[in-house]
Parts: sequence; C-alpha cells; structure tokens
Amino acid sequence: MDVHEYQAKELLASFGVPVPKGAVAFSPDQAVYAATELGGWSWAVKAQIHAGARGKAGGIKLCKTYHEVRDAAAALLGKRLVTIQTGPEGKPVQRIYIEVAEPFDRELYLGYVLDRKAERIRVIASTRGGMEIEEIAKNEPEAILQVVVEPAVGLQAFQARELAFQLGLSIKQAQSCVSTIMNAYRAFRDCDATMLEINPLVVSKEDRVLALDAKMSFDDNALFRRHNVADMHDPSQQDPREAQAAEHNLNYIGLDGEIGCIVNGAGLAMATMDMIKHAGGTPANFLDVGGGASPERIATALKLVLSDSKVKAVLVNIFAGINRCDWVAKGVVQACETVDVKVPLVVRLAGTNVEEGRKILAESGLKLITADTLAEAAEKAVAACQGRLAA
Amino acid sequence: MSILIDETTPVVVQGMTGDKGTFHAKEMIDYGTNVVGGVTPGKGGGTHLGRPLFNTMKEAVKATGATTTITFVAPAFCADAIMEAADAGIRLICSITDGIPAQDMMRVKRYLMRYPKDRRPMMVGPNCAGIISPGKAMLGIMPGHIYLQGDVGVISRSGTLGYEAASQMKAKGIGISTSVGIGGDPINGSSFLDHLALFEEDPETEAVLMIGEIGGPQEAEASAWIKDNMSKPVIGFVAGLTAPKGRRMGHAGAIISAAGDSAAEKAEIMRACGLTVAPNPSEFGSTVAGVLSSRPERRAAV
Repeated sequence: MDVHEYQAKELLASFGVPVPKGAVAFSPDQAVYAATELGGWSWAVKAQIHAGARGKAGGIKLCKTYHEVRDAAAALLGKRLVTIQTGPEGKPVQRIYIEVAEPFDRELYLGYVLDRKAERIRVIASTRGGMEIEEIAKNEPEAILQVVVEPAVGLQAFQARELAFQLGLSIKQAQSCVSTIMNAYRAFRDCDATMLEINPLVVSKEDRVLALDAKMSFDDNALFRRHNVADMHDPSQQDPREAQAAEHNLNYIGLDGEIGCIVNGAGLAMATMDMIKHAGGTPANFLDVGGGASPERIATALKLVLSDSKVKAVLVNIFAGINRCDWVAKGVVQACETVDVKVPLVVRLAGTNVEEGRKILAESGLKLITADTLAEAAEKAVAACQGRLAA
Repeated sequence: MSILIDETTPVVVQGMTGDKGTFHAKEMIDYGTNVVGGVTPGKGGGTHLGRPLFNTMKEAVKATGATTTITFVAPAFCADAIMEAADAGIRLICSITDGIPAQDMMRVKRYLMRYPKDRRPMMVGPNCAGIISPGKAMLGIMPGHIYLQGDVGVISRSGTLGYEAASQMKAKGIGISTSVGIGGDPINGSSFLDHLALFEEDPETEAVLMIGEIGGPQEAEASAWIKDNMSKPVIGFVAGLTAPKGRRMGHAGAIISAAGDSAAEKAEIMRACGLTVAPNPSEFGSTVAGVLSSRPERRAAV
C-alpha cells in the first residue's frame, strides 16, 4: 500500500524525524489558510499523488504570496497530473500539501528497503540527493553507502554514525543525522514498511537534518496490525477497477486487453495471461481468486471482470487444490443467473472434485465453452474473442 | 527415496481444528500421510479425525515423536507457530499460510539461524501448496490424484502452476519423485537452491523441473548453482512474461522492481546456465519428456 507525501511525513514526524512545517489542503481557501497559519515567507504548494517526478511535471510550485498560493492550489486541484511515473492517464489531484520553504545547504539521499536477497532491512545513503538513485547506482556506485540491519538486534547507532560521517557532515549535523536515521528506521520497522525514500534529505542552515520529501510503501500483509496506516488508504489513486476489486478482497490488476481472466493462484494467473498472448490474444486483467474461493466469490469476480467494457471474452481457469471445482462451477452458474453475460465464457476446470464441477456445468443449461487443458482454454478464448468460436 | 517426506514421516498439523486444517488433514490422512496429531492451543486433550490434540508443540513432539509439521494458522499467529515448532525440535516445517507479514518472515528466518546447521529445521513456504512425494505422502493442499509417482523432481513458487505441470507430465506418463512448493512470498523458508541440492543427492530423482516467476533473485541464484554443481538435467520456466513492471502480481514476491526481476531476464539466465527452458506454460510435459528422452542412458535403451 502506498501513501501520500504528507502522510509519510506525518508518520515520520511521529517517530521524531524532523520535517518542514506543513499542512494538507483540499481547496484553494484551505491552502491560503494553511499558509497563514504556518507562517513564513514562502511556501511550496505540492500536488499529493501516489507517484514521483511531480516537480518536472509542474506538480510543485514555489509561492511567495498568499495570492500565488491560491492560484497554485486552484491550478492543481481537481485536475489529473501526468508525470513520467504515472502513465499517460496521470493521477487525480484531490489534496495538496502547503509546506514552509526554507533555504538549505545540502541535498542528501536516505532510503530503506526490505532486501529480499539479504532477507534484511537495508539502509542506503548518498551525498547525491535530489537525483534518481538508480542513475547514481549505475553511474557512480561508489557514491552509494549502505548498511544492513541485523534482525536480532535492529539498527545500531554505530551503523547510523558510519553513514553520517561518510556523508561528510559536521559533528553537529552528524548528530542530527544519526537521530534521523535511527528514527526513520523505527518508523520503517514499526509501521511494517517495505520501502521508505527520503530524497532529498536536507541539511538546514541551523545544522538540522530534515526530510524534504518522503515516499513510503507498506506491506499489505501487515495492514491488519497497522490500522493507522490502513486508514491512510486513498482509493482515488488507484485504477477504479482495482479499487472495486480491493473492496471485495479480490486480487485484481487491470490491463489493456480483451480477454478477461479469472484464475486461482498467482503463478497460474500469470501463466494464463502469458498463454493468451502466446495464442494471439490480449489479457484484459490479472485476477487471482485465491485459495478456498466460495461460489459467491467466483460470482463477484465474474461481475468485476465483465464490468470492464473492453472485455470481449472471459476465461475461467481453475486448477483446484484448496479450491474445489464444484464450488467454482456453482459460482459460475450463480453468476450467470444474476449477471447478463453477453460475451463468450470459456471455462476450464481441473483438480479437486473436477468431475462434480464438470457435471454441474453440463447440467446447468448454460451456453459455455469448456476446455480440458490450458492450451485448449487459451486457444478457445482467443477464438471466441475473435468471433471464430461460439458456445 | 524422494526428498523431505515419505510414508513414515510423522506429521503434526498446527491449526488442525480450523476449517482448512480439518479439510486438508483429512485429505492428507486419506492419501496415506502419517498424521500423528494436531496442535490447537486450548484444545489439548481432545481428539480430531482420530488423532490426539495438544496445546503446545513440545507436548505433541513428546507424545508422538513427530519430526514434521504443517501449519494452517492465521497470518497474525503463524510466525509464532513456526518458531514454536522449531523450538520443539521439529525438523521440517511446511507453512501453507498466505499473508504472513514480510518482517515476520525476516524474524523467523533469523530465529531459525539460532540453531547450528545440523539442528536447524528446514522450512518450506509460506504461502505455498506444500510438498508431495507421490505414492508415499502428502504434506499440503494439492489434489493428490493428479500426481503420478516417478523420477522427476519439481520445485515451484506457484501452487496451481505446479499442479498444471504435474498434470501435463502425468498425461505423458511422466511421474514425480517429490514436488516442493516454495511459495510466493518475498522472504521464504527455503529457496530453489535448497531443494535442488536435495534432489541432486536423491537416488530416485533423475531430473528436476524448476518453476519460477517474476521478482527476486532466487531463480538466478539457483541457475548459477546448477551450472557448477548439478549433474542431473534441469528444466526451467518463468511465469509472468506479460506482467507489467512495478505491479505486484498476486504473490507478495511477484513484482518486477529491480534489474534481473523480469521473466525474460530470468529465462535468459537459465538458458545461459544450461537449463532447458519450457517455451510456454502448456509445454511443461513435452519439454520434460524431451529432456528425459535425450539422456544418453535412455537413448541406449532404445
């Protein structure tokens, strides 16, 4: 799960990480009010979207008067912001962050990531702040400083000092930096984050080290125990099909093609998409109904896939292990009774209770195209989509 | 011989009394697995499916001599259940559970490292279908009837894609020695490499099928190890050729977020290390058949 910059800063601040003074606003009036309350002589008005590269896209405006703040807010709010990270559709700007702009001396980089290979939290720092870290890693690998956290004891102060002194900071700045590094680590650990990027981490004229930007992503599997993070979810930043799927607890990713997919198991779902492409078709979505799917769940999945207007055929591919083919078959039948399925439906069942499942489908009287193997299912789905095969 | 489990392996089911635990414990018992008991805190002293129930893993091990567990425990409590099993001296822990927080698994792996190598349990999963040695024992949620007993080992991140492969192989008369699901999570109990090493030592296994997917370093690591250490042929496949970058495709670990994470890159690495890569997911059976029939011994037999 992703959050907005202002939410990441809120969390970081609650763990003692210094951030510039700021306030969120939902309208130009609120933006001006925020600026007056915050004080100061200039403000950054920042579009809040779940994507980076906002600056280059005009999503961050520096303002010196209340009028400029109002104008900047009005120009951003209610529109879609397109950056190199959002894709051509961009993301809707419904919230903006007004931040007091203060001069700073240096821009650094500080990041935390759950490193799969090391199976540990890795802390990454660099003097090259304000730039793309991948570029630096590629062109100047020696500019990347790293320490790995030992899970049994957590990040130790000596590790933070190692980074701080290698960043070329003065004693006073290093002290502030060590504190920031340790506190940000605690935020990462205690919020079950998977990624935290502070870019840039700046050094102020008073030798304070603070987070000028913050991006944070969280482990979906841990949201059950992080209600404060879960409450920060903003569905406006998601593909509406995916937001709807999430409401029903379905694992769905919208793509651009014409063949809707309902599959159990992520690997088989990816393989089904691959197979459709191999057979000359285009997958409309990824959808994993998971283990133990009930008839109601199958029906919900079918309705969701059919709500995509681009879908010209649907392929249900279920290889039942923890699932049962008879439940899937009941779900398909139930769905077809409540939803007007106007497109060809190809159903391939295999595994637990397969004979019961096939029987239920055969006796349902529904106009279905059935298949026994993955290859047959993909070929029939593509043929049906192209109008070469009817039920 | 097969690896990890056979018909004698004494198994305790953690979370046996829940819906999923009950359904699958019964399937496992019917398949012939030596299920000796179950652990559900608070239900100790009772029986379930004709087996004794215990409050703690230590009690269960003491009473039954179990060496192996399978967990059907909710994500919030599963890391605890795994560590409890390790603490009780269990040698093989298979965790079916989907949804364990990544930092919990990070701590579980660290906890398992407290044991010296000869005492350290093997952990399989989480978020996996389990392990099956066809004709001998099933420690998981797979449909047993799709597996033929034979001499090809299978290691897979995806459960259902593993079933697809088993089914295609069975249709060609090719059987499996053991199929291991290592699960779809970014931090797992054991990797491809861990099981390839076991298959290399197993006299009943002649070849191995490795089914990977996008995300993570384990396919590349395994390929490099195979090149230098494996005498038996390995067939590989990577799901997610059509997956878009940066999106988590179902499995918590299935995301293209770094160089080397994509299906195309992994398949290339596999080929470079001498694996035979199945061209698409409907050709598991045919690719394995091709590799088996081209082995010198078999050519001589013809």
